[in-house]
Order: sequence, then C-alpha cells, then structure tokens
Amino acid sequence: MSVQADPGYSLSSERLRRRKVVNRIMEALATLAALLAVAVLVIVVASVLKKGIGAINVDFFTKTTSTFSFGPSQSGIANAIVGSLVIVFFAILMALPVGVLAAIYLNEFASPRMRAPLQLALDVLNGIPAIVVGIFVYVLLVLGSGQSALKASFALAILMLPLFARSTQEVLALVPNALREGSLALGAPRWRTTLSIVLPQAVGGIITGATLATARVAGETAPLLFTSSLVGNEVNWNPSHPLMSMPYFIFAASEQADPGLQEQAWATALVLIAFVLVASTIARYFGLRSRRRRGGKR
Amino acid sequence: MDYPSTEMTEDTEEQSGGDGLAKAIDPTRLGPAAPSSAPASAPTVFKIDALTAYYGKSAAVRDVSFDVPGNQVTAIIGPSGCGKSTFIRCLNRMNDVVPNFHTDGAIYFHGIDIQGKDVDPVNVRRQIGMVFQRPNPFPKSIHDNITYGLKMLGMKDDLEGRVERALKRAALWEEVKDRLKDSALALSGGQQQRLCIARAIAIEPEVILLDEPASALDPISTASIEDLMHELKSDYTIVIVTHNMQQAARVADMTAFFSLSEVVDGSRSGVLVEYDRTDKIFTTPGDKRTEDYVTGRFG
Repeated sequence: MSVQADPGYSLSSERLRRRKVVNRIMEALATLAALLAVAVLVIVVASVLKKGIGAINVDFFTKTTSTFSFGPSQSGIANAIVGSLVIVFFAILMALPVGVLAAIYLNEFASPRMRAPLQLALDVLNGIPAIVVGIFVYVLLVLGSGQSALKASFALAILMLPLFARSTQEVLALVPNALREGSLALGAPRWRTTLSIVLPQAVGGIITGATLATARVAGETAPLLFTSSLVGNEVNWNPSHPLMSMPYFIFAASEQADPGLQEQAWATALVLIAFVLVASTIARYFGLRSRRRRGGKR
Repeated sequence: MDYPSTEMTEDTEEQSGGDGLAKAIDPTRLGPAAPSSAPASAPTVFKIDALTAYYGKSAAVRDVSFDVPGNQVTAIIGPSGCGKSTFIRCLNRMNDVVPNFHTDGAIYFHGIDIQGKDVDPVNVRRQIGMVFQRPNPFPKSIHDNITYGLKMLGMKDDLEGRVERALKRAALWEEVKDRLKDSALALSGGQQQRLCIARAIAIEPEVILLDEPASALDPISTASIEDLMHELKSDYTIVIVTHNMQQAARVADMTAFFSLSEVVDGSRSGVLVEYDRTDKIFTTPGDKRTEDYVTGRFG
C-alpha cells in the first residue's frame, strides 16, 4: 500500500530549514559555553593537583607548619587544618542562628513593605568585599587588643550571614502555603506553625545552603590577614589565640622563595578544594533526601 | 459584646438604603412577610452584617448580609470569581495573612464580632475549623496529623481515643486503622481530604468551613465527603463553598447564591443575590439571576 501526498501540500519550507540552522548554531554555542565552564574547573583542579600532589603524604596532615624549610617531608599543615576548623566552626555558630532567624522573619512574618528593604540590605552585605569586612573587624576588635581566632570567626560570620539568610529564605519560600494555612486553620499561632510545620519541611534545604555557604567562606583569606595572622607553628585549639589557617598558609607560603613551601601551598589548596567538593557532595545528598521526603516516599 | 438583634437590622437597612436590589432579595430583610428563612429551631451561629471585603482598593465581595443557622449545612454557590472563597475565608479570619486585605461590616459569631480588635484570630480558628480545596495533610504520619492540633491545644488526655473518634467520625478509620504510623501523603486524594476533615473535627470546633472540598476529587470520593456532611451536621455547623450546584442541592439545607455585580466604581465585585432554603433556591428562586444560574442558563 502506498500513500500519496496531497498535491500542493508540504510540511517543509525554506523558512523551516533556516530555523533549523539557527537552532543548531544556538545549540552549539550554548554547549560550548557549558563545556568552557567545566574546562576551567578541570584546568584549575589539574594544575593544583599537579603542583601540590607531591607534597601530600601522612606527615603533611600530622606535622605542623614550618616557617623555614627543612625539606618538604619534615613539616605539614596540621595546625592550619585545626585553625581553619576552629575559625569556621565558631563563624557558623555566630552566623547560622542569626541568618536562619532573619530568613524566618523575612519569609514568615515581615510585611511586604518591610521585606524589600531588608532583602536589599542582605544583598548589599553580600556584595561587600571580604577585605573590607577584614578591615572593619580589624578596626572594631583587633586594634588595641590583638588578634584571635574568634575575631576571625566574627569576620567570616559577617560574610556568611547574608548567604545563610538568603539560602534559607529560598527554601522557606518553597514550603507550600497550603501547609501553613492548614496549621493556622487549626488554631495554631504563627510561630507554632513555623516551628512545627514549616521548619521541618525546610531543614534539609537549610543544611544544604549552609554547607555550600560555609564551603565558600572557608576559603576567604583577606579577613584572616587582619584577624588571625600572627601565628605560631604549634597545633592549638584555643579560639582566643590567633590560629594558623589553610587560606592564610597558602597566602604566606606561596610568597616564600623556598620551592618546598611553595609546593606545600599548592597541596594546601588541593586540600581546600577537596573540602569544598566533599561539602558540596554532602549538601547535595541532604538536599536530595529532603526533597524525596517532601515527595512522600519513605 | 452586644448581640445585634432587631435594632441592628434597622441599622443596616439605613446603611444600605441605596441598594434596593440587595434589600429586595435578602430574606433577612424582608421582615415577617418573608416566605422562608432559617428554620425557627436552628439558632443563628453567624450573623453577617453588610460585609465588604477588599484586596487593596478593589472589593471582592460587597455588602453581604445573611444569617447562618446552627447544625445545618449552608452552601454558597455562584460563578467563578464572585468572591465565594474570599467570603468563607472571612468567617475564620484566614484572610488576615493576605497583605492589604481588609473588611467593612461585621461578622457576628454568637453575637461577638470576630473581626473586633481584641479578638485573637487564633481563638476564632480554634472554634471555626476549615477544610481547603486541595487536601493539605501535613507531611507527617496519619496519626500525627490528628494529634498536631490536639497537642498544641493541650487536649492531651486520651489522645489515642481522640484520634480514633476523629477518624471514625470522618469515615476513615476502617481504611487506615492498621497503618496510622504511615505517611499521610501516601493516602489517596479522597482519603487525604477526609483526613483533613478528621484533623479539623479532632479539636472539637463548633463550625467547619469547607472551601470546595470535593473539587479535586473523583466522584466516589466526592460522594463519601457528601455523606459525611449529612453525618456531621448533627454535631457541627457546616458552611460549604461549591462550584457544583448538584452538590449544593444534595447536601445543603440553606443556599446562598453569589454573583458578580454590575460595574461599580470601574470594577465588578461579588454580591449576595439570594439566600433561602435550598429547595426554594432550586425550585422557585426569587431572583431571575438565580433562576438563570441554577437552570444552567447563566451567561
């Protein structure tokens, strides 16, 4: 059986062909741009890996930094890792409650008239360069009384706050209004609705956002120059002392003439990148899990 | 708190003196000659007095007045956009959370204006429960959906018994009694909606407002929700908004027909056209617009 096209009836035309070509070109350009972004990441990671991998060994994680090089195998960054952990931990402790509460206020309680200027303020805070925050904390807290890890944490907390608040707010906005109404209709006050219904829905997303923000801020160097840079070479968990940190060590060691120390700087950068990678993966896991729970699967 | 009795009625007549149409069709204002109104045995639970509800400057419903009798089903019908949902959400102050929403007029619940400044909407909603158009169970277990309100209100004695009674009352117990710990989100749409009804009646309100409770459900689930309403009206006063005229005819004792007004101040708003016993609305309506609507000639 053969089918004959109706005479004079066609589904293709010159214009259609042109549209197809334009479509192909645009598709190719977009793909190229996406590949370029991936390529940048690959090049950065590859060069850090190539230059730093030689310094990575057990000693690198267990021994402390050394200002003078006695050969790469004799020193490590144990104190910098500990210092970074302490500084970032206290920064989260300061910024997370404020950030989450600010987001709750913005999304659950603020009138539209209050919301716009507050959001703008958070965005402006987010746009302040890290070095400005560093100078601000230096003048406010360090001048006259000296450096400490807690002051560094405070500087990082200022950088974290808008990131925490905005990411939390985005997650809260995703919680369906029907759930809030269901709770209010049972005679629940607003705070109770927020605590028992809205937050449990959002907690996965809040953790995801907080982890990503932490990973970003943990690499900041400029605020640490002002607040936690006069440091010794021993492992120290005391936040009232200035502590060595990974970003500051990268900064300091990369300026040295000693190639061994330069290699250690690269290796430290590698550790930082690995930290970001692990944090993002964990964040993604939490995000997926909470989304699945919201979908009703147990 | 003074209960608005006859003086109040006179008062409103004065206020809306220019609105001859509303006066002519509102049975509460027709006086003794009114052919029918709420059965004498049913006490008035809500007295709505010249209620106008605004979003910003535009009125969604304008000058609505009627009485809702207790232990009866009162249906609100009308075309889309005539303010039915806006109106029913006023009855338990659910519109408070809407920015720029405000009202004129009064809603008396047992003689107390629920919109009064010293009235806490939380207390209003505790007495006047609500079930929404789309089932909105909390993402918790079936059991915890019921206990959420109970725990919050301190009704913690005999918690399990209260859960069982609420689920039985909502005709859901037999279907879920073996899986109370399962997620409520795993239930079907009709079951979810009955769970929402169970959740609302667990805290023992006096009134249940239903905003198109069956519009997202299949016919079988719809029938079970309608049966439920017949069951529940012995204990609760029920107000239901529905798109579905057959549904109103099946479940309601009283029916209010809302429609869109002619253009006033450059915009149209919802008005109450007619309020009467349901059989009267559907067989011998007093207003031409009601007749057109219930006979399907609405255009």
